[in-house]
Amino acid sequence: MRHRNVKNKALLGGIMLLAAAGIAGCGSSGGGKGGQVIVYNWGEYIDPDTIEMFEEETGIEVVYDEFETNEIMYPKVESGAASYDVVCPSDYMISKMIANDMLAELNFDNIPNAKKNIGAQYYEQSKGFDPENQYAIPYCWGTVGILYNKTMVDEPITSWAQLWDEKYADNILMQDSVRDAFMVAEKLNGFSMNTTDPQELETAKNSLIEQKPLVQAYVIDQVRDKMIGNEAAIGVIYSGEAIYTQRENPDLEYVIPEEGTNVWIDSWVILKDAPNKENAEKFIDFMCRGDIAVKNFEYITYSTPNDAARELIEDEDIRNSEIAFPDLSKFNNLETFVYLGEDGDALYNELWKEVKSN
Amino acid sequence: MTSKNKWLSAPYTLWSVVFIIIPLCMIFYYGLTDKTGAFTLENIMAIATAEHAKALRLSILLSLISTLLCFLLAYPLAMILANMKVSQHSFIILIFILPMWMNFLLRTLAWQTLLEKNGVINNILTFLHLPNINIINTPYAIILGMVYNFLPFMVLPLYNALSKIDKNVINAARDLGADNVHTFFRIILPLSVPGIISGISMVFVPALTTFVISSLLGGSKILLIGNVIDQEFTQASNWHLGSGLSIVLMLFIILNMIASAVFDKDGEGSML
Amino acid sequence: MKNTAKKIYIALIFLFLYAPIATLMVLSFNASKTRAKWGGFTFKWYTRLIQNDDILKALGNTLLIALLSSVIATVIGTVACIAMNHMKKRTRTVMMGITNIPMLNADIVTGISLMLLFISFGFRFGFGTILLSHITFNIPYVILSVMPRMKQLNPSIYEAALDLGASPVSAFRRVVFPDLLPGILSGFLMAFTMSLDDFIITHFTKGAGVDTLSTKIYTEVRKGIKPEMYALSTIIFLAVLVLLLLVNAAPDKQDARADKKQAARF
Repeated sequence: MRHRNVKNKALLGGIMLLAAAGIAGCGSSGGGKGGQVIVYNWGEYIDPDTIEMFEEETGIEVVYDEFETNEIMYPKVESGAASYDVVCPSDYMISKMIANDMLAELNFDNIPNAKKNIGAQYYEQSKGFDPENQYAIPYCWGTVGILYNKTMVDEPITSWAQLWDEKYADNILMQDSVRDAFMVAEKLNGFSMNTTDPQELETAKNSLIEQKPLVQAYVIDQVRDKMIGNEAAIGVIYSGEAIYTQRENPDLEYVIPEEGTNVWIDSWVILKDAPNKENAEKFIDFMCRGDIAVKNFEYITYSTPNDAARELIEDEDIRNSEIAFPDLSKFNNLETFVYLGEDGDALYNELWKEVKSN
Repeated sequence: MTSKNKWLSAPYTLWSVVFIIIPLCMIFYYGLTDKTGAFTLENIMAIATAEHAKALRLSILLSLISTLLCFLLAYPLAMILANMKVSQHSFIILIFILPMWMNFLLRTLAWQTLLEKNGVINNILTFLHLPNINIINTPYAIILGMVYNFLPFMVLPLYNALSKIDKNVINAARDLGADNVHTFFRIILPLSVPGIISGISMVFVPALTTFVISSLLGGSKILLIGNVIDQEFTQASNWHLGSGLSIVLMLFIILNMIASAVFDKDGEGSML
Repeated sequence: MKNTAKKIYIALIFLFLYAPIATLMVLSFNASKTRAKWGGFTFKWYTRLIQNDDILKALGNTLLIALLSSVIATVIGTVACIAMNHMKKRTRTVMMGITNIPMLNADIVTGISLMLLFISFGFRFGFGTILLSHITFNIPYVILSVMPRMKQLNPSIYEAALDLGASPVSAFRRVVFPDLLPGILSGFLMAFTMSLDDFIITHFTKGAGVDTLSTKIYTEVRKGIKPEMYALSTIIFLAVLVLLLLVNAAPDKQDARADKKQAARF
């Protein structure tokens, strides 16, 4: 009987072989004339068409790789094993990379669009992690706030404190990352979200533990799908997701809580030992062009710091959207994450584990 | 024969030294040192801290339950399959491997769609005027995910062991007057022990170390030891602690090897 | 009655195993981009899939890595089995123990340990490192399915062939190999499947610009899975299923003869 077996599997194997060979054949691409640039960006954080346009215009081949969290990105970049040129980390990670001397100082003469198109207030905001604006060029930014379902709450949502309201038990979605979760508890208690004071952190931790029984789930990206599917009444979400979710489910509303929140900025940086610095500058400059930035904005729906791009947004509602382009001067206690040092990070992680295992 | 044999074993020996032993040594190196590179047992002793011990206990509990459920579901199934026409042997195996051709992450996400409050199953239940089930984001959903993902690893070795049992032995027992219950406990069960052992280790170990299932189906509210290790590596960037805790998990693997060496001397409980 | 119960039991298990698969298939026809809402029936994700170079490239990588790694693992694993069969029992136990490590170790530990290896030996992350890692975790599946066959083998047949004047190579090819073949093919198939389904190890050992379907899906999780992925999975699944049914349904006379021969032997 064994031989029958053999025949089945041999056939199956043979066909898999053909399929693999066939598909692999189409996948290969030649190197560009202008050399290459190796880009490491967040997953789904760029319109793939813009990469193609860049390649066509400059003849530079883009090798594109994606990461999911700043923390996964860091060791890969640090080890130098993959030799990236351009990376797009978040604020606090940029300050960590600056502290560890991993970034190259930028020559803004070679990146003219960066100064011309990116709004001055975003450079100002960046000073929190890049004090002299030497290393980072803002790419996307946003706030963290509460997304709620109008049909599932009977009062206006305005405060983080409402995430502790027992009426919403099992209807609350929290962020599943250390800093974001602690930010909510710290703002609730009136602390800075960059605090390393053990006592304040203890209070914040206890708040989170107190909240845990009410939380339906700790999620990152899935807040979106769950809110669209009416799975929960209120959730903590990044502002960039809000526009998309509202389009899919008009009952959803986004609000920046009155206690203040996190204003985050993801920026382009060039690595110190980047093999293709010139091409990296060209790449960043291209991404700062108004027509390109607007394409990216429409694709990923996260707020763009690019004033030229904002002018080009056709949909007036979005161009003037309070969610995508809030007037930050109207809010109190807005902060940007900074790197807390190894000890600070360790403390946060320790406390977060205590919350999670409680 | 011996000299040729050495030559034959060379590729794999070399491979396992470079890609299994050396990497393992690196885990031990990280696990037994601190950030300054000095020797320490702290990372291993860390398993005793309240959060870690709790995560480990919970992992062991959930994976034991899942393994037991897998066994109870798979044994009757394997018996039924083993008694079917032999010509379907490879077909049966493939039908259990087939779901793996759909990506693991997608399959687990699909369970989310099925189990959610307003998910597919609850919609069907509501339509039938039945009470809804609410197990998403609870340990039950994690157990379900484990059973779902690892059931094939239990079915296949059991099926293999059971289909190897000589039918004449069973017939002989019957002829000698044994009833069904006796035949099962005296003949079938003992003869399938290699399959059982292999199945248990193929289910228990991955269930013990999983972190994807617990975060996708448990709403990240339940911290398993796999989640702790994953977090140490990918979020906290504390590789020393992550490695130390991994070394503790390896204890279970060693236990496992001993169990297989004792019960499955001839490697009969293979998967395929 | 008893048969009906058996059939119901099997049906329930299959429902359990295939319900998520069916869900994914249904989602591939969902006009809405989010999995949480049914937006009507559409084929558009299938047409978009064909235009999506990224996904097709990842598919190519996935299949190529799965194929290469399982072929290489099959060769190394089979040779290792032959070698191990003649080893002293102690050495063999040690070797089998080592073989078990990547299979029983947590994927994340295997992944990280390989990443540490590649970093400290200055490998450049990319297609090569993924391939090496996949070979590493594939070999045990091959060994564990070839080894039992090896043990069932009667060594005197091989020796008889030698006595009758066959060269060692042809004695192996004509006598030993055919008996091992089912185990080898099972191992190959298992290795191929495992490589196809792996995410964690690939994730830690991949480099810039090389993606497999799993890593692609994982990065997509952040912004929501693209429905094209559901479409692709559906196609892969159906293709394999159809293939399986065809192969299984095809009658074959040669097989029947082989069966008799087998039956006679036992």
